[in-house]
Amino acid sequence: MKMKWSLIFEISTALMLARFKQTAIAAVGVLFSITMFVALLGFMNGLNTMLDGLVLNRTPHIRFYNEIKPNPNQPIDQKGEFADGWNVIRSIKPSTSRLAIHNASKIIQDLEEDSRVLGVSRKISSQVFFNVGTIDLTGLVNGIDVEKETQLFAFSDYVTAGNLEELVQNNTIILGKGLADRMLADIGDVIQVTTSQGNRIQLKVVGYYQSGLGDYDNANSFASIATVQKMLGEPPSFITDIQVKLKNLDLAPSMARELESIYGIDADDIQTVNAQFETGTQIRSLISYAVGITLLVVSGFGIYNILNMMIYEKLDTIAILKAIGFSGSDVNRIFITIALTIGLVGGTLGLLFGFLACLGIDQVPFETEALPTIKTFPVDYNPQYYLIGGIFSIITTYLAGYFPAKKASGVDPVDIIRGK
Amino acid sequence: MSKTKKTVLQAENIDKYFYSPVKNQVLKQVSFTINRGEFVSVVGKSGCGKSTLLYILSTMDTDYQGKLHLDQELISDKNHDHLARIRNEKIGFVFQFHYLLNEFSTLENVMIPGLKLGKYSREELEHRAMEKLKIFEMEDHALKKANQLSGGQKQRVAIARALINDPLLIMGDEPTGNLDKKNSDIVFNKFKELAEEFNQTMLIVTHDPEFAAGTHRIIEMEDGRVIKS
Repeated sequence: MKMKWSLIFEISTALMLARFKQTAIAAVGVLFSITMFVALLGFMNGLNTMLDGLVLNRTPHIRFYNEIKPNPNQPIDQKGEFADGWNVIRSIKPSTSRLAIHNASKIIQDLEEDSRVLGVSRKISSQVFFNVGTIDLTGLVNGIDVEKETQLFAFSDYVTAGNLEELVQNNTIILGKGLADRMLADIGDVIQVTTSQGNRIQLKVVGYYQSGLGDYDNANSFASIATVQKMLGEPPSFITDIQVKLKNLDLAPSMARELESIYGIDADDIQTVNAQFETGTQIRSLISYAVGITLLVVSGFGIYNILNMMIYEKLDTIAILKAIGFSGSDVNRIFITIALTIGLVGGTLGLLFGFLACLGIDQVPFETEALPTIKTFPVDYNPQYYLIGGIFSIITTYLAGYFPAKKASGVDPVDIIRGK
Repeated sequence: MSKTKKTVLQAENIDKYFYSPVKNQVLKQVSFTINRGEFVSVVGKSGCGKSTLLYILSTMDTDYQGKLHLDQELISDKNHDHLARIRNEKIGFVFQFHYLLNEFSTLENVMIPGLKLGKYSREELEHRAMEKLKIFEMEDHALKKANQLSGGQKQRVAIARALINDPLLIMGDEPTGNLDKKNSDIVFNKFKELAEEFNQTMLIVTHDPEFAAGTHRIIEMEDGRVIKS
């Protein structure tokens, strides 16, 4: 027989309207919990993303470099007669291997053709002295490809003063904010830098860089690759780091191992370098989900109570419906429909209010010295939280309706009708 | 005319026990037949089992022994969903206390069993429901909520509702038991009218001797047995 859903809806609606206040309170319970769920997750994950971004945005997924280390193949090991022995050599020194990556342009070309790779950026790290009057401050000059660095590692977000475009010109530098403060260098000033080889060079300050990590800003500065190559007296092929950003971050460890052996250079992956961030993020997410789901379960109990009460009050109605030909499953459907309607209305409004709450949080000023790019509280508008919130509101209300509906479907009309 | 001889309801050796507080047989080998067009009343003292019998015949109570045929179909072995469909389609109910659904208007109350059956469209049903209400002079109250009607009015609407699916059989459990003399007469006259004019088959449990006297046939019960039918 054809299911008479329109009739089921009509009866459910009539029952809900007859107990409008209670029904509305149940829906408000769901609304509140979904609002809190969405707002909490949005805010928590906004913070997570921001805090992780502090480091992860700027960190390449894989970094290739040559590490200064002793040669693992010492001559004695290569001599056949000692190969099986226990060779002890004291005072081994690192070999005079080059910091520069051999055949870098070929490696970069390979990487750029790899479908897993989002982008590749070259870099030169160089230890220098910043000469301030009679004092020398140690620091690092990073030679970067400005365009790639901005595109892959949001470099421009952290340049808080000055003009990033000017860095493309020769003999310009962007100083870490802490470093600039110590050197009393304003934008437009010319500073003197001495490299470890003893070359002296004059560089014009064109901006400040502020990452939010004080120690980093006290020592780091940025210049174009060409400037640093010139400073070091190296040819244009000279680079010390290749930074790779992947499409999928999770592939980093395996790809690092794979490419390390292919190119014969060292490779660090982001997970190994920054394992603690992942853990923190996961635990914060877990706590937000736990709180959100607890709220939903509590509102589920509210719906359960209200439906039970409604069934108790409407025993007569249920008995009459059964007497005039409604089966147990029809009655079951009526109460499940009521529960799901409460869930759907409360859930939908909850998602809407959750979104509004997120917009509200997004407007709250949040300024801190350490986070130059953040002006208001960060909020994550990931649709995933709305989807989870929506699905959970339906599941909890269904479960909350399931047992009362089962009870209602089992009501024996004879008991009720004869009982009076 | 052979049609009027057709059996509508046939009960064969119906036994029913109550188990609480002690095992007690309330119906003993109850057997009788109701033919099409008959207006039958069941009478007997309180506790003789006449209401219990009615709920078994109505298919709502399935905990009994014996055989029950409705419209020449054996229904004592059918499941609950099937019985619900039979109630919807073939049986109309009038109770003593439980009349209408207060959440709905008079008209909607009459329409609901029809909507459940799904044989007619909503518009047709509305029209049919109004026709039924007219029989009981309740058409002016069609849009009132059920709880705005008086007891007698409610009972008339309940009878109209029982008629909406043109049932084979109308059953009543003391339909006038809760009404004053005046309303009780109105309701009785309506039953009478249904029997005479529409040839409606009806089985009414009552302990109002006046009501019983006005029916075609009286089934008398005592101590769970039919002593006269």
